[in-house]
Amino acid sequence: MVEPEYVATIGLEVHVQLDTVSKMFCACRTSFAAPPNTAVCPVCLGYPGALPVMNRKAVEYTVRAGLMLDCDIQSHSKFDRKSYFYPDMPKNYQISQYDQPLCQGGGVEIDTDAGTRIIRLRRIHLEEDVAKNMHFAQSSGVDFNRAGTPLMEIVTQPDIESADEALGFLQTLKALMLYSGVSRCNLEEGNMRCDVNISMRPAGREALGTKAEIKNLNTFKGVQGALLYEIDRQADVLRGGGEIVQETRRWDVDVGKTFSMRIKEDDHDYRYFPDPDLMPVVLEPKEIADWRQELPEAPRARRVRFVEQYELPDYDAGVLVADKAVADYFEEAADLSSNSKAVSNWIMTEMLRMLAEREGAITDVLIRPAALAELIGLVDDETLNSNSAKEVFVSLFEDGGMPAALVKEKGLAQVSDSASIEAFVEQAIAENPKSVSDYKAGKTKAAKFLVGQVMRMSQGRSNPQLVMKALESRLAD
Amino acid sequence: MTEKKDNEALDVAYVARLARLELADHEIRDFQGQLEDIVGYVRKIQELDVSGVEPTAHPAPVVNVFREDVVGPSLKREDVLNNAPLHDEDQFLVPKIVE
Ligand SMILES: [Zn+2]
Repeated sequence: MVEPEYVATIGLEVHVQLDTVSKMFCACRTSFAAPPNTAVCPVCLGYPGALPVMNRKAVEYTVRAGLMLDCDIQSHSKFDRKSYFYPDMPKNYQISQYDQPLCQGGGVEIDTDAGTRIIRLRRIHLEEDVAKNMHFAQSSGVDFNRAGTPLMEIVTQPDIESADEALGFLQTLKALMLYSGVSRCNLEEGNMRCDVNISMRPAGREALGTKAEIKNLNTFKGVQGALLYEIDRQADVLRGGGEIVQETRRWDVDVGKTFSMRIKEDDHDYRYFPDPDLMPVVLEPKEIADWRQELPEAPRARRVRFVEQYELPDYDAGVLVADKAVADYFEEAADLSSNSKAVSNWIMTEMLRMLAEREGAITDVLIRPAALAELIGLVDDETLNSNSAKEVFVSLFEDGGMPAALVKEKGLAQVSDSASIEAFVEQAIAENPKSVSDYKAGKTKAAKFLVGQVMRMSQGRSNPQLVMKALESRLAD
Repeated sequence: MTEKKDNEALDVAYVARLARLELADHEIRDFQGQLEDIVGYVRKIQELDVSGVEPTAHPAPVVNVFREDVVGPSLKREDVLNNAPLHDEDQFLVPKIVE
């Protein structure tokens, strides 16, 4: 492989919406779907004199997330005002945390082609989200439902070196957040949004290059696309002897390019100062220790355990643990089954495919873990062949129920008695003399065709292994 | 947090721009003197030895003022929108934002 001429240095700021029912500093509900401006009050509308009161759960969730990401939880933290002027923030400041965030340090272990790497974190702080703008021909509309929703901002060290690593980091982070139960991480609803810092430097040089910031990427694909584009763009500029301008850029997904937003540098002078309306947060060591105790098993540890306990290939374990709900489903079914690998196979193929087609969630799926375990048992004791098992799976997936009852009701049980199978075999031989002679001439394809004929005659219910055996012994004469 | 040097002159025009205040030249000159007086007054604290004092953002020794995560009533949209100079049936309207 050719050594790259330029090396990328990437840092991410990921905003993760916390899964609270009420907002960060007022009792308005957090709702993605509510009609515009129906979940608003004097606090989140920024009326003069309205006083914010902190949501205890938002603090707790941020700390739980921090523990999950190996951060140092700060026993003392405070909230600050970040000045900025934009119609999505009528107070002209956003309540955030400047120099005393709830969590410092930490890291996320990711898989790369060259093995695992730790992407270190700088900090996690808690802040309020802003309103949503909508742009019309003559004016812009503002909907304050989202304003005041609790957001964690997770800031990485500039440890990421490629677009793929950035994607890997985000996927791992999402899994960890879902595991810790602090966010629903629904990207369509904007639960995770990302700002990206990227600079390039000649390979072998220590000093970092000038960075560009790309704001407000709300899909992982967007992050990846914007980074791939910026890496090329900046390398081109440098190669041509040009200089990178420190600036904020915007990713245009339709064009597949980033564009300069031409924001004046002093717009970034946020003039942070402590918010006099909010008292500091002091966390007791006992409280932090209790939350640490309650941490769920991390995906990585679970993956190792799945390989050991259920004797799964590492690949299967990796696919299953990537989504906590999928892993939970697997575990429930596998504990009821004597064939964990089959459980894994069904989930990784039929289940995830059908869920993807219907954009469904495994938590709502009608085929319950006990039903899947029973279905696998019916295949293993040869009551069902694989074709009928798939048919049963689809039916259970669509309508729920238990497989044994369904097999009985629909008469799907596999035909394994030799008399019926031999009768079908006789018929197939009688009807297909050409295939019989082909078979005798050593053409294996002909055998498959004859088995297919028997399966068709029995509406797919014969035991294919027994059919093959019967054919072999019949035609051996 | 932004005044880096003790004796650095206050840039009133810059501060005004950050606060989106439009000041005439004579106002900038007036405020220059007034603000420097105020900053100079606060600067007196630097004559004291505060090396043993923890920085504090609040004079009151109160921490952890929380509310539980419970939904309460919001305002009626009609009332809320009527407070604004411009709105349509469900949103506040502001001069068109250009990115
Ligand atoms: Zn509110």
